[in-house]
Amino acid sequence: MKTLVESIAGLSQQLGRDVKFMEVCGTHTMAAFRSGLRQLLPGSVRLVSGPGCPVCVTDPGYIDAAIDLCGRSDVMIATFGDLVRVPGTESTLERERAAGASVRIVYSPSDALVLARECPSKNVVFLGVGFETTAPTVAWAIWRAARDEVRNFSVLCAHKTMPQAMDALLRENAVKIDGFLCPGHVSVITGAHIYRFICEHYHIPCVVSGFEAWDMMKSVAMLLQQLADGRAEVENEYSRSVNDFGNLAAQQLMDEVFEPCDCVWRGLGPIPGSGLAIRDKYAQFDAAKALGVTFREAHINPLCRCGAVLRGVATPLDCRLFGRPCSPAHPVGPCMVSSEGVCAAYFKYERVAA
Amino acid sequence: MRRDRILLAHGGGGTLTRELIEKLFLPNLDNPLLKPLDDSAVLVMGGNSYAFTTDSYVVKPYLFPGGDIGRLAVCGTVNDLVVMGAQPLWLSLGFILEEGLLLADLQTIVESIRTTATEAGVQVVTGDTKVVERGKCEGLYINTAGIGRVMTPHPLGAARVKPGDAVIINGPIGEHGVAVMSRREGIAFQTNIVSDCAPLWPLVQPIVNTKADIHAMRDPTRGGVAAAVCDIARAANVGIRLREDALPISREVRGACDLLGLDPLTIANEGKVMVFCRATDAERVLAAMKAHLLGTESRIIGEVSETPPGMALLRTTIGGERIIDMPTGEDVPRIC
Repeated sequence: MKTLVESIAGLSQQLGRDVKFMEVCGTHTMAAFRSGLRQLLPGSVRLVSGPGCPVCVTDPGYIDAAIDLCGRSDVMIATFGDLVRVPGTESTLERERAAGASVRIVYSPSDALVLARECPSKNVVFLGVGFETTAPTVAWAIWRAARDEVRNFSVLCAHKTMPQAMDALLRENAVKIDGFLCPGHVSVITGAHIYRFICEHYHIPCVVSGFEAWDMMKSVAMLLQQLADGRAEVENEYSRSVNDFGNLAAQQLMDEVFEPCDCVWRGLGPIPGSGLAIRDKYAQFDAAKALGVTFREAHINPLCRCGAVLRGVATPLDCRLFGRPCSPAHPVGPCMVSSEGVCAAYFKYERVAA
Repeated sequence: MRRDRILLAHGGGGTLTRELIEKLFLPNLDNPLLKPLDDSAVLVMGGNSYAFTTDSYVVKPYLFPGGDIGRLAVCGTVNDLVVMGAQPLWLSLGFILEEGLLLADLQTIVESIRTTATEAGVQVVTGDTKVVERGKCEGLYINTAGIGRVMTPHPLGAARVKPGDAVIINGPIGEHGVAVMSRREGIAFQTNIVSDCAPLWPLVQPIVNTKADIHAMRDPTRGGVAAAVCDIARAANVGIRLREDALPISREVRGACDLLGLDPLTIANEGKVMVFCRATDAERVLAAMKAHLLGTESRIIGEVSETPPGMALLRTTIGGERIIDMPTGEDVPRIC
């Protein structure tokens, strides 16, 4: 680790300018804070967080739709834990559960399928949120439900794909990014090749990184080396898990169940082709169609800067709500709720002594 | 406030629990004995000091690897006495039973209470039984209260911790929480981890006998080591620094935490004690702890300083430093 720190310092000096690297994976964000890695980087190398936390980029209108659904007596919501505390316009799933709504925390979509089998009198709706990492497991649950004719299972689908969001960020050009730490988990599924357009179109280096502190340090060093050499390539630091083409079986399953659709991201707005919709063939498992869900425009606190934070334009410390009133116990925006949220990471691990 | 409701996280021992205490319980019930909010109240009667505490047990499932709700109901309460330097003497035992509970399960639990009470050196001297309709509780809940006699020359308490103190723990952390979670419906996973649930007086008595200058002890239960150091840093207005590379964490616990996205520092323990003592006495305390079966893996995990007041920090393995934050409380409900 010490040699890595030294080589980063050396490369950065050789480069002779300030650089900004963006990590687009919530797990990277959390690992960077939890390990204290950010303090080991020279002042000239800054890590900024991108739209990599799946809960955070979910449009608040989706949360409201889930809250509407859980108010129906025939519905049981099954969800990953992070989502229950995200504020919608007026409430959260956690509050609705306390008031009597049926909201269960599960650790995988297949657990939601088990719930559906156990509770035949309820329509079990899994909240499908996440990137290429979680989408295949949801695709599997839908495929399995179809095969076994589990008619009371459905998914409220808001799955998203990462490359389109990175493209949108670069086109917006509000924050100048010198390199990307690409998400290891996503890449296990998709393969490393999906980032190639970033190098080709924007001439920005990419390194697929693992999640240990030394993985990330090594990836930072690799990005600096590319800049020093004037290269822009997709390099793979996480080769113990990621190859160029990814997990073909998972990709096939995703393609069987989902098709690309336009999708609204919190902070980034609508991005063409950045979402995954459930194909018509599986429409009976699409909660939006099967249960007639309507998405309304959500009202969010105008002072909340989660959107800007997700684009890397602002840090949580730039937000007037940060710390007071917005804290993990009383979150205003999703970035303070999720265990992968940037605001939560700042608050938990790096806030200045009050 | 009027439309707010109790959330599961209010029972998690983190920020929301503290808010409930500070905004609702203390304003209504405050008195000098309650105010320190230590693990037990210390009452002076006839020239002697006694520790008095109570706790309720709602763990799900009620039988788990390494223990059961009965063993927990004895250990949890006696350990709250023990960390005040008190020898546990008497317990009360209140049952809330669900209609339909298997008598054989109740038998197992009561036998477990008997053996654990013997191990802890306490007598159950009073009790109560209530039964609620099926579906109104999950099997059974238990409340216990305990009385113990304070054996330290001066009272212990979070507020007495001073800069320069050493922080010692008696072994690997996170085992109770992970053991219970491994049997939880919906996340069940294969693991060899068993709960560390144990009554701690046999370990703490030799610590007290060293006559070392001990300022406080804590059993890091709900909210884990993180909640304990945050609480103490705040109560004593000191900074507490733990060293990540000194923290005893088994590979299994670390693996399970990685899998579930949890921080081992926030996971509950039921057989661990953290000792805050004068640094020059630390080796003496450590030797006494290591001599006991419950303390063979004891070690110094950090120290107390003046700055930053009210905060706990972790020196990370790779050489960075980060805040240890009070858990919010929602991570893993119902582990005790």
